[in-house]
Amino acid sequence: MTEPRYAASEAAGASDTAAAASDVRADPSDEGLDAHLVVERGTFRLDVALRAAPGEVVALLGPNGAGKTTALRALAGLTPLTGGRLRLDGTARERTPPESRPVGVVFQDYLLFPHLTALDNVAFGPRCQGASKAEARARAAEWLGRLGLAEHAGAKPRRLSGGQAQRVALARALATRPRLLLLDEPLAALDARTRLEVRAQLRRHLAEFEAVAVLVTHDPLDAMVLADRLVVVEDGRVVQEGAPADIARRPRTDYIAQLVGLNLYRGEADGHAVRLDAGPAITTTEALRGPVFVAFPPSSVTLYRDRPTGVSARNLWACEVAGLETHGDQIRADLAGELPLAADLTTAAAAELDLHPGAAVWAAVKATQTHAYPV
Amino acid sequence: MTFSNDKSAAATDTLRGRPRRRRVRTGEGAGGRGVPLPLLVPALIGLAFLIVPLIALLVRAPWRSLPDLLTSAEVWQALRLSLVCATAATAVSLVIGVPLAWLLARVEFPGRGLVRALVTLPLVLPPVVGGVALLMALGRNGIVGRWLDSSFGITLPFTTTGVVIAEAFVAMPFLVISVEGTLRAADPRYEEAAATLGASRFTAFRRVTLPLIAPGIAAGAVLAWARALGEFGATITFAGNFPGRTQTMPLAVYLALQSDPEAAIALSLVLLAVSVAVLAGLRDRWMTAG
Repeated sequence: MTEPRYAASEAAGASDTAAAASDVRADPSDEGLDAHLVVERGTFRLDVALRAAPGEVVALLGPNGAGKTTALRALAGLTPLTGGRLRLDGTARERTPPESRPVGVVFQDYLLFPHLTALDNVAFGPRCQGASKAEARARAAEWLGRLGLAEHAGAKPRRLSGGQAQRVALARALATRPRLLLLDEPLAALDARTRLEVRAQLRRHLAEFEAVAVLVTHDPLDAMVLADRLVVVEDGRVVQEGAPADIARRPRTDYIAQLVGLNLYRGEADGHAVRLDAGPAITTTEALRGPVFVAFPPSSVTLYRDRPTGVSARNLWACEVAGLETHGDQIRADLAGELPLAADLTTAAAAELDLHPGAAVWAAVKATQTHAYPV
Repeated sequence: MTFSNDKSAAATDTLRGRPRRRRVRTGEGAGGRGVPLPLLVPALIGLAFLIVPLIALLVRAPWRSLPDLLTSAEVWQALRLSLVCATAATAVSLVIGVPLAWLLARVEFPGRGLVRALVTLPLVLPPVVGGVALLMALGRNGIVGRWLDSSFGITLPFTTTGVVIAEAFVAMPFLVISVEGTLRAADPRYEEAAATLGASRFTAFRRVTLPLIAPGIAAGAVLAWARALGEFGATITFAGNFPGRTQTMPLAVYLALQSDPEAAIALSLVLLAVSVAVLAGLRDRWMTAG
């Protein structure tokens, strides 16, 4: 038995839209989201281009204050654009007020109406769209059933667990049949255990959603699990976008490198040697020319207290321990000196080396563990 | 070793999930610190100052003749008029005061601070001045009243409607301030959530905001109602003192005091009872802090 896509059960509505679409626009590239969001507020400027095809899940990933939420609010119409454009399925929407946009939003803390039951929360959207009370409730019940919440239909939001509230919020957003679904930090309000479970469910629901979904998160794991494509936003601008695996392998900024746990440097390649913009040279496997990034994981770094003699690694740097922190069952050493880098080692190794802040160490990395790619 | 005892007690409390208040109380008891006299004496005087008049009212009440006094036609007339007018004034305040509170809380417009100050002015304005001002506006020769009189033949001063207007003028600010405060405390993002679900601003107000701030509205309405019930100055100035038409309880009390003090006490007792009832109604909202 195949799981029906959400579009299937709304066949009537969907086919209407499809028919209308084929009448008006011939160009299928019009489908989906095509936005250039510009929001200026004081000294902050958001300038983000965003395109997504129906069925695609895009994650806006970035540090706090990068402008992700502003971008999301601009898409929803809650924050006016000061420039740029917003086209949804070929229709210009930048001047459409939020209540008339075919956009559904799952807010970070869900914002379920506390005075309404789960059912009435979900029925709220259809009701506003002109459905009769009975019709709206029937549709809401269907959505709750689909998200496995049928038995919680009569519950007020405060009686729902975090995971359930999140699904009610998703059902409420989906019940308006949006052409663009926005999720603001959809898993941030959940504790670690629920998060794992809800992440998997959400991934399934998003995969079934037939229109564009854009989610905002600062958690790289959420982004990589949930999204087909990542758009990394820093300081109001897109710094990198692409498939999650690609971004994880080839980060282009310190922030992304840190997120995916890589040491990242920028330099000028000349064959196998990369002369870094600041600091020493790194020997790499790839032979390249011109400006490149070099990345290697902290786990590939070997530390020594005394300068090693029998080591073939040509990448050897004198460093000083700036900080130590536990990272799962590993210890992450923050090194300063010739080449600032992060190194992972086992607790036993750290004890053996007698590592402490201020300790002088030698760091070695094999050329085969590095990865160089053009800027 | 009080310290370690306290600590272990706290630890046990934490383990059992009990509130930590108990530890605080024990600490106070252990210290045995009294209340300083320079604070205690004025505090007790203040308490007596507020309570003794009420006790006096109860002590001097003509309990034996009370049934006769309270069942007299004049008393019932005044009481009924008071209740009807206060309720009507509250209704008027709700209909125009809640939207005004919403405007002040949710819409940015130039001079909003000034408007808010003007709205609160009747709170501190002597009611008599309010009554005079109402006469200047709605009296037969008032700037609006003249037009009402000539165009529609409507006369407001010295009528029951005038009582309602005077009471609403004095009482509405209480409602507006209370509702505006509740609105400001309410998360405006619920309205945004409603908008993303297709609700117009008015629908969002009606179906989301209004239910969320209902307790604040109720509290504001009770305050306004109580204020309207006790209104004296603006009423007597703008509506006069005609038994059956504009003579509300406070006016009746005042009048009775000149001719029949016993009746005045009886009428006062009725108003006291109503006040206590209002306080009991508000208990959940304001008295739980104690």
